[in-house]
Amino acid sequence: MSKTYFSKTHEYVTVDDNNIGFIGISDFAQHALGNVVYVDMPETGDDVTAGEDFGAVESVKAASDLIAPVSGAVLQINEHLIDNPRLINEDAMANWIIQVELTDPSELDALMDLDAYKKFCEEEGAH
Amino acid sequence: MNREYYGKLIFELSHPGRRGAAIPSNGCPQSPQLPESLLRTSPLRLPEVDEPSLVRHYTNMSNNNFGVDTGFYPLGSCTMKYNPKINEEMASLPGFASLHPATPAQAAQGALEAYWTLQNALAEIGGMSEFTLNPFAGAHGELTGLMVIQAYHRSRGDHKRDTVIVPDSAHGTNPASAAVAGLKVVEVKSLPDGTVDVEALRPLLGDHVAAVMMTNPNTAGLFESRVAEIAEMVHECGGLMYYDGANLNPMLGVARPGDMGFDVMHVNLHKTFSTPHGGGGPGSGPVGVRKGLEQFLPNPRVERLADGTFALTVSSDSLGSVSATLGNFAVQLRALAYILTLGSEGLMEAGPLATLNANYVKESLRDLYMLPIDRVCKHEFVFDGLADKSTGVTTLNVAKRLLDYGFHAPTIYFPLLFHESLMIEPTETETRETLDGFIDVMRSIAREAAENPEMVKTAPHHTPVSRPDDTAAALNPVVKYFDL
Amino acid sequence: MAHRYFPHTPDDIKAMLGRCGVESLADLYADVPEALRLKEPYRLPASMTEKEVRDFFRALERKNRELTCFAGGGFYDHYAPAVIPSIISRSEFLTAYTPYQPEVSQGTLQYIFEYQTMMTELTGLEVSNASMYDGTTATAEAMMMAVAASRKRNRVLISATVSPQVKEVVRTYATYHGVEIDEIAEENGVTSRADFEAKLSAGAPVAGVIVASPNYYGIVEDYTGWADTCHAAKALLIMNCVAADLAVLRTPGEWGADIAAGDAQSLGMPLSFGGPYLGFLCSTKALIRKMPGRIVGATTDAEGRRVFVLTLQAREQHIRRDKATSNICSNQGLMALYATLYMGLLGANGLREVCEQGAAGARYLAAGLEATGKMRLKYPSQPWLNEFVMTCDFSVDTLIERSVAAGLLPGIKLSESDILIAVTEMQTRADMDRLIEIVKES
Repeated sequence: MSKTYFSKTHEYVTVDDNNIGFIGISDFAQHALGNVVYVDMPETGDDVTAGEDFGAVESVKAASDLIAPVSGAVLQINEHLIDNPRLINEDAMANWIIQVELTDPSELDALMDLDAYKKFCEEEGAH
Repeated sequence: MNREYYGKLIFELSHPGRRGAAIPSNGCPQSPQLPESLLRTSPLRLPEVDEPSLVRHYTNMSNNNFGVDTGFYPLGSCTMKYNPKINEEMASLPGFASLHPATPAQAAQGALEAYWTLQNALAEIGGMSEFTLNPFAGAHGELTGLMVIQAYHRSRGDHKRDTVIVPDSAHGTNPASAAVAGLKVVEVKSLPDGTVDVEALRPLLGDHVAAVMMTNPNTAGLFESRVAEIAEMVHECGGLMYYDGANLNPMLGVARPGDMGFDVMHVNLHKTFSTPHGGGGPGSGPVGVRKGLEQFLPNPRVERLADGTFALTVSSDSLGSVSATLGNFAVQLRALAYILTLGSEGLMEAGPLATLNANYVKESLRDLYMLPIDRVCKHEFVFDGLADKSTGVTTLNVAKRLLDYGFHAPTIYFPLLFHESLMIEPTETETRETLDGFIDVMRSIAREAAENPEMVKTAPHHTPVSRPDDTAAALNPVVKYFDL
Repeated sequence: MAHRYFPHTPDDIKAMLGRCGVESLADLYADVPEALRLKEPYRLPASMTEKEVRDFFRALERKNRELTCFAGGGFYDHYAPAVIPSIISRSEFLTAYTPYQPEVSQGTLQYIFEYQTMMTELTGLEVSNASMYDGTTATAEAMMMAVAASRKRNRVLISATVSPQVKEVVRTYATYHGVEIDEIAEENGVTSRADFEAKLSAGAPVAGVIVASPNYYGIVEDYTGWADTCHAAKALLIMNCVAADLAVLRTPGEWGADIAAGDAQSLGMPLSFGGPYLGFLCSTKALIRKMPGRIVGATTDAEGRRVFVLTLQAREQHIRRDKATSNICSNQGLMALYATLYMGLLGANGLREVCEQGAAGARYLAAGLEATGKMRLKYPSQPWLNEFVMTCDFSVDTLIERSVAAGLLPGIKLSESDILIAVTEMQTRADMDRLIEIVKES
């Protein structure tokens, strides 16, 4: 069974039974950003560190850093996003950005589940 | 401005066999070529056009452009004041235009004297000890200034200072310049009144801080009244104060950055000192320093020797070089002509009149546009969109609708302090009638937004072209003719 | 009385202050603490009339000496057709800001698009930005681009034969940006291939390699195979070039370079004691997101017409702040128009003619100088276009002093005995014969 966790910076990570995480941005984040025109991704084999940026998502007049929700080595990047970054607008949850092997699953404890994240977004939106 | 879109590219006028220039001949016999392997083999696809066609092409193209000479340009933080014509004439005098940068000093005394005279005038206006005119633009000046600051710290064996503090209202160039200079950036929050939160700044200071960068008045057009106290705090922790001169204009005749406690500053000659923006340059970003920091300025410097002649000098303490030459020299000549034309008394008036124009516009529109900070502003101020937001008309829509009325748009969505920032800077060279015309149009747009919001949201309607598809441009960048 | 740049009459001021609810202009500055206020007028001269300003500048102008210019070193005396100053002084171009509002800026956007096209043609690379400040800073930006593209590397090699000004500026940027710069040695006036390979394979991984063609001595270097060697080591090849020379010389694209950077002053720009000139920066398409500065792209407007906009702005400082590819904001926009007009007027044939005349003149002058028996080419076995180094039997300072007295700038001093000399279409045979005479008499 896989489970999805969210960060306060609006990234998600969906983790499967083998400790493999699929990291992307939430639907809330893609909405806020508007039409995505470019995704700056790391390379396979790079290490990402929880809380640090590993790339960026750009729309026409904005750019948002991608902050890793967990640490790990990048197993794969989503190459479909190179030619078609708008996939993120179409379905942000299905179109993950990078796939990592988690080095420290306990980092997940600091993240939110879907319900908590929804509540968090409502509060953010209220500001 | 011509509202008919011209739209052709020079490549589309090309006709093989035509040419637009006669090249002089030095009368020397043709010589043998270089080895084949060093020569270009790919075709060079440049247009082939006759002179009259080319002149008509660019004249038509220019008619689709808006400039200060065509209309009111209230672009906040850009100081779009009148660009005097005498400045242009002085900058193109052949005795300056034909000088090679490697001309020996003895044959370039007039040019060096011009540089030196401007450098001293800026030092007087900025309250600094010495200026370099070498940086090419404001951002280049910021970078140079941050290098001066680092060279100073390093000269004292102080290598811990890796951080620059900037207010969250700062221009984007401040953090970008810090990053290019290899420094970390920490933001300090602004208070609800738009000025730096001194209490929030205090805990950020320490022996890791190289400098605090400030714009004063800041990007909301407000004077940072506690600047002297901030300077004292920063100096106490061993850091230096950097003044971003983008908003120097309203300080002319009123106060000097050096007297406020700043150690290093830049000015934008293409803002405060009336040199034309040229559609995005060439600008000029001279950097001034207080006494004791002169030796860190970039090489080369211009000095007056004891015998009254001028010479180029280099200092071994210098940060290095930021240009091959003495910078955008012809731009410097324009600024010098401006300073001489205004003279001391004219310069003293420029700041207060710019401030008067800004406050006049602000007070005339505050009932219809949201004024987030209700204070006397300086040369510019920020509205947070329309007061009535119920129709969904945004700052972008208002800006685009202004174009229909023949005004350039203000700066929009900056500063980042407000969601719907609309930043207006009228400058001192605009008449009361022009401002009244602008005010009338802004009031009309507010009315239109209430009565016919759809029309405002789809503006502009009367410009040479309508809204371009930015997303398509960014998704699939086509950046040259042969890729069209 | 009001200054002519300020329209405010006393009545205007009074009425406007009234609207603002204050009594005086000073009231608008009530928030400026007394201690910080300017206490007396600037100690600057009084306002000058237009005639006085003109007299002032003409007096300064007369203190310069107009010299027939054989100096180059990256900046050359070329002929500029009269059309150029006429068009670039059009107010619509001259007094516009950066084209943030495309609906009223198609003039600026279109010429930048034309400029980008011409620069990619000249360099043989796929993309160009809208301009940089000058050749030194363009090359420094190329260095930072290579470091950013490599993600983790921060060592860059630069050839000893690159112009000393470019090297100095690259070093300055590198010092603060945290990049290690290693110089590749020079051998008989060209970059040492052996030292290049040695430095590339030893030490910290290299992000980029900067070479020049023609190099500072005017020598056209042969970089056959260099790009492959760089790419095998995952380093980018950066070429610093003189824009005008690319009409005839093998292009950075043809050499396999990833980035071309340099100065485009050679496209007919006035020497103006150092500026404004025009930095250019072109690269492969793969590097477009790492490219600093403005880029103009084509798109369509709501009516489906082809129009132009600033694109890929999310790279830039006003959006990315400290994560931007560069801090550059204002560039040399109007000088990009200058270059576009020059290339549009001359066309490829005209540009080639300029190069050929320079080469022909340079050979005539070099032969004449050698024939004096007092000077000889320093690198006789190396290929060159219109610029060359000569070694003198007498002091270069003496040569410069005598030439200046005779109204000639003979070149740029490289050492006590070496001088760098350039020729273009602007110096006549008679000018060259005068220089040869001066050498004969020295």
